[in-house]
Amino acid sequence: MSALNTLIQGVLLGGLYALYAVGLALIFGVMRLVNLAHGDFIVLGAFVMLGLGTVVGVPAPVALMIALPFMFALGWGLQRLVLNRTLENDLLVPLLVTFGLSIIIQNGLLQIFSADSRRLTLGALETASYSFGAISIGVVPLLTFIVAVAVVAGLSLLFYRTSLGRTLRATSDSLPVVELMGVDPRKVFATAMGISFLVITVSAFFMGVRANFDPSAGPSRLLYAFEAVVIGGLGSFWGTLAGGIVLGIAQAVGGSINPAYQQLAGHLVFLAVILLRPRGLLPKAG
Amino acid sequence: MAAYATLAATRTSRIALIASALVVVLLIVAPRFLPRSLTQDMLLIFLLAAMAQCWNLLAGYAGLISVGQQTFVGLGGYGLFAGAITFGLDPLLSVVVAAAVVTALAFPIGALVLRMQGAYFAVVTWVVAEVFRVLLAQWMALGGGTGTSLPGSSIGNAAAVRWVSDAFGVRAPAAREIIIYWIALAAMVGVIAAIYWLLRSRLGLALSAIRDGEVAAESVGIDIWRNKLIAYAIAACGTALAGALYFLSNGRISPDSAFSVLDWTAYVIFIVVIGGIGTLEGPLLGTVIFVVLRSTLSGYGPWYLILIGALGIAVMLTAPKGIWGTFSRRTGVQLFPTRRRLAAILPTPIETEARHADP
Repeated sequence: MSALNTLIQGVLLGGLYALYAVGLALIFGVMRLVNLAHGDFIVLGAFVMLGLGTVVGVPAPVALMIALPFMFALGWGLQRLVLNRTLENDLLVPLLVTFGLSIIIQNGLLQIFSADSRRLTLGALETASYSFGAISIGVVPLLTFIVAVAVVAGLSLLFYRTSLGRTLRATSDSLPVVELMGVDPRKVFATAMGISFLVITVSAFFMGVRANFDPSAGPSRLLYAFEAVVIGGLGSFWGTLAGGIVLGIAQAVGGSINPAYQQLAGHLVFLAVILLRPRGLLPKAG
Repeated sequence: MAAYATLAATRTSRIALIASALVVVLLIVAPRFLPRSLTQDMLLIFLLAAMAQCWNLLAGYAGLISVGQQTFVGLGGYGLFAGAITFGLDPLLSVVVAAAVVTALAFPIGALVLRMQGAYFAVVTWVVAEVFRVLLAQWMALGGGTGTSLPGSSIGNAAAVRWVSDAFGVRAPAAREIIIYWIALAAMVGVIAAIYWLLRSRLGLALSAIRDGEVAAESVGIDIWRNKLIAYAIAACGTALAGALYFLSNGRISPDSAFSVLDWTAYVIFIVVIGGIGTLEGPLLGTVIFVVLRSTLSGYGPWYLILIGALGIAVMLTAPKGIWGTFSRRTGVQLFPTRRRLAAILPTPIETEARHADP
């Protein structure tokens, strides 16, 4: 029974990791950019909602609704003003610019909010759970998982069923061709980053209600997101969800052996995947 | 018909070599005249410069962008502490053993991380550093998560300490610092000389070819994976040596300080980017700039790091070649040239005779 419980908790944790990961996968898929500040933007989103809660006094779900358009604009502007300038270059410039952003965000948050651990509050919902015999499922982890599935389904629909999705996929496939078709790739990239930031904000909300966070929490979120993307392979957003679940189960199993092994188990499963199946579990066809 | 030869040296570079030798001599005697705090700053300059050269070898010459060099700093430091505390080695011997063991470890680690390319390689190196940080936090003999200290008296051979303290008129702790300062200076000079020599060898040529175009390099018979792995291990060796020396001078180690991405990778990247990536002069210039910035601004806490991040981004976007790279392109000055030039050699008398003989 406890093994089943560990498995279920791992799957639910995987939902959170999938939320971290799909925003990263989307950006890599469209513009081949690995955003090293991805985790720090998640933490930034959580602090924005925390700030709205303490300054304006709105409850966390309302803060999420207010933060979403703001974060979309931030992502869009970041891409238009900074990151689009890096993409003509090779690998080095985009990587190092996002690495620099990561340091700026961490220290900016440290300056404003101090190094204390914070949490977003949801009242009684935080501790509510459903019990099935020996197994107890928290409402918030379950909600996180359901939202993760919904976000993955929504992004898949957006990419494969809408004209915006077609433009995003075409831009990913061949820049010169979409430019011939009259598409301005800089605008497409900005839109993609805006969408990524919407996902970042949703994942920030669930990170903040599930666990404590502080200004230095970003890099480990980036690593979890990245591991989920690589474990899943770059085939589809569903693959990223699967990668998140594998990572979540690995961490839950490691943590059930010894709490100190939670992160380690996740990292080791990830390294085993790149050793044995470097293209991930559900790679792109062809 | 004139003969041709490929040369890397220029007149400037020969003068630069002689000037460098003079600077090294000045640095050796410097602790006699400088205040102790400045000697400590210079020690940090030497170690950061060595680490920066190693990162530059990877990013500037082999096209490998690592954000996980803290792996080797931390392993070097922990290797030193394990050797000195667990196995009772003399700390200086332990530094050398640690660097050698870490270099051997770098081959399997490199074989693993090199399965990923480009930006993925960068993040995987970071994951590996985290794995070692978590693992070493479990090593209770070395203090677990809180870390441990080196027994104070064990640093430096007693006779050498006495000799330095007599010669420089200082107490024993300062004499120990001076000995570590010299070793750090020797390590920096050694790392720079090794990388300089390497870049002018076949390996350097192969690495530049890989960086400029993997497919083209492979088509002329370069084994890409093997060359990258060798560069990775060499960078690991220099980084581990500098890391071990840092923690020897510090006397204290903890998993968080040993595997800090900020201290050992972000700062090093800043140094190379500001100074000039893909040059040997750039990281040296960058280290001096960084340490000056650090000692004047570190009182401002987070603002200082925000400034470092913003400066790094600004340089990347406007002058990706950095200060030295931009200067070198405008003036053509290269102190440590690694690029080969084609030079005409005047025909020797024998060649002239041979030409006459040949109808």
